[in-house]
Amino acid sequence: MKATQDQLLLEVKNLRKFFPIRRGFLQRIVGQVRAVDDVSFFIRPGETFSLVGESGCGKTTTSRCILRAVRPTSGQILFRTGDGRVVDVAALSADELKPLRREMQMIFQDPFSSLNPRMTLLDIVGEPLLVNGMTDRAARTERVAELLKLVGLRPEYMRRFPHAFSGGQRQRIGIARALALHPRLVVADEPVSALDVSVQAQILNLMLDLQSELGLTYLFVAHDLSVVKHISERVAVMYVGRLVEMAPTQDLFYTPKHPYTEALLSAVPKPDPRLRSKRIVLQGSVADPANPPSGCYFHPRCRYAADICSRATPTLVELEPGHFVACHRAAELKLTGVV
Amino acid sequence: MNDQRTPLLSVRDLKTYFFQDEGTVKAVDGASFDVARGQTLGIVGESGCGKSVTARSILRIVEAPGRIVGGQILWYDAKGQPTDLTQLDPDGHQMRSLRGREIGLIFQEPMTSFSPVHTVGNQIIEAIRLHMGVSKAEARRRAIEALRQVGIPQPERRIDDYAFQLSGGLRQRAMIAVALSCDPRLLIADEPTTALDVTTQAQILDLLRELQQQRGMAIMLITHNLGVVAEMCDDVVVMYLGRVVEVGSVDAIFHQAKHPYTRALLRSIPAITTPPRVKLHTITGSIPHPYNRPSGCPFHPRCPERLRGLCEVAEPALRAVGNGQSVSCFLYENRA
Repeated sequence: MKATQDQLLLEVKNLRKFFPIRRGFLQRIVGQVRAVDDVSFFIRPGETFSLVGESGCGKTTTSRCILRAVRPTSGQILFRTGDGRVVDVAALSADELKPLRREMQMIFQDPFSSLNPRMTLLDIVGEPLLVNGMTDRAARTERVAELLKLVGLRPEYMRRFPHAFSGGQRQRIGIARALALHPRLVVADEPVSALDVSVQAQILNLMLDLQSELGLTYLFVAHDLSVVKHISERVAVMYVGRLVEMAPTQDLFYTPKHPYTEALLSAVPKPDPRLRSKRIVLQGSVADPANPPSGCYFHPRCRYAADICSRATPTLVELEPGHFVACHRAAELKLTGVV
Repeated sequence: MNDQRTPLLSVRDLKTYFFQDEGTVKAVDGASFDVARGQTLGIVGESGCGKSVTARSILRIVEAPGRIVGGQILWYDAKGQPTDLTQLDPDGHQMRSLRGREIGLIFQEPMTSFSPVHTVGNQIIEAIRLHMGVSKAEARRRAIEALRQVGIPQPERRIDDYAFQLSGGLRQRAMIAVALSCDPRLLIADEPTTALDVTTQAQILDLLRELQQQRGMAIMLITHNLGVVAEMCDDVVVMYLGRVVEVGSVDAIFHQAKHPYTRALLRSIPAITTPPRVKLHTITGSIPHPYNRPSGCPFHPRCPERLRGLCEVAEPALRAVGNGQSVSCFLYENRA
């Protein structure tokens, strides 16, 4: 993957995360769930990079490895810190990780379970500040007020508890908390999927505004392709633990190169009855990551599958500048994107 | 709407309230619409708009402290004779012979709606034996057939599986098999694909459409996903805070929406067809808490076109505006 080394904020190389399957009285390991299997990608500073895929494709596990909420099985996660060093997050010890934690923050999916109901907004948003040494109460209160204003909440609300707020407002609180320590990378795992449609738009707009205002970098994890298209500059599609395609948003949506991406795009219902069309309906279900098929994991469901697809595993190659795809037949296929 | 088509179900001014210590929640507050024979009616709205309670009211499975306090739910039998379901005893013979037999239901969460301690087959067989009065062996044969029709591979083996042994998509197919096992005339599908991935969703929507064509049943599709509505429905009912704000054909709703809420909702969704990284239109504020329901038109605090001195005092009625479309908004009333 060529991209000038010194410009990247994050570079993930050959990341693997396997979970053991244990059985029986002795809890012997009888197999592995290959949740993330040889995933490589990079994120430039100031951009929004999205991981999309269906449930169980490993997109959340990938983001959790980057945050080191779980320890990767193998691979490198190279992160450029604020002082310009490049560290391998995958290899750090818990102590060494601590200063890094302030540079990577997370926005959670469910605004109802991710806020402690017994803490006021001041405590919730102020906690990361306190933990990181801002012990002066007045200064902290001032910073919390500033953060609440930033995300469109009134600072007078800071003495209230989360139950007094709607889902969209709670998600704003979660965003304020994530931004408290000036993070360099914000990981947002399905940040709008629990919200009503009319509120989704507000939060997506807020995230775009904050990005241009503060120069944030987002790693956006989602299953909703319409939302992903709306917010991302580059998108990677995952299928059973592997990256199948990665490209700038326009390229991925209008000229997809992988048959799975094509099927995924075609499956999204379009909110216009005049655009009703014949969809590509995939047969069968997603492969089992504990017992994946041979060759290309997608071949049993792929309508373009050839002999080679069941024998050899395709590697991710750069077919066009910035457009990576893992498919034996990518160069010859003419696939349909969003029309 | 659409008088030339005989309705199958006619909901008139339905009111279902929940009486709680903290106050009364008017979950459904005067909803009216028709479900035509063999057609698909979409009911859309955001959380708290009363779409699920409407479905539960029709099936008479509203749980206490909820109660239907007014209105009619007219069910037209094969001879065209209406029965008002609100007048029936929810546990009585007549209602029980309708529920599951004439009106099938698919729930949102296929995992929790199956019993974990009975096989999927037993749950289908139970429904068939209860409603059709056939022998065990015949019911089993029909259950296998039902599973085959919804596209479950190897139904002879799968029939003895428990719900947890099936994947999300297969579980939802099994749910549809239960709902369709007695050949209902109306299928109520409450967010049938919300818990599923897009490719599985596409499979299930195609399946529903196919089965509808084969059997000529009507579908009442309850969802918040406007994409699903656009793909599936003939007519659409838009609800907000327990009230029907707009009714019309799917084309009218998506292309000539009249109500400010419908229009704002359509503008606020990011569609896969819109260009990336442009600002979305938003609806200001959020859905009010059901205890703090606004006076007058429930949408007025968020409405960009509200008429001062009118919208916050009076509630607009649902009025026909031509072309089978109705809207409840003062902007479309002829004020003298």
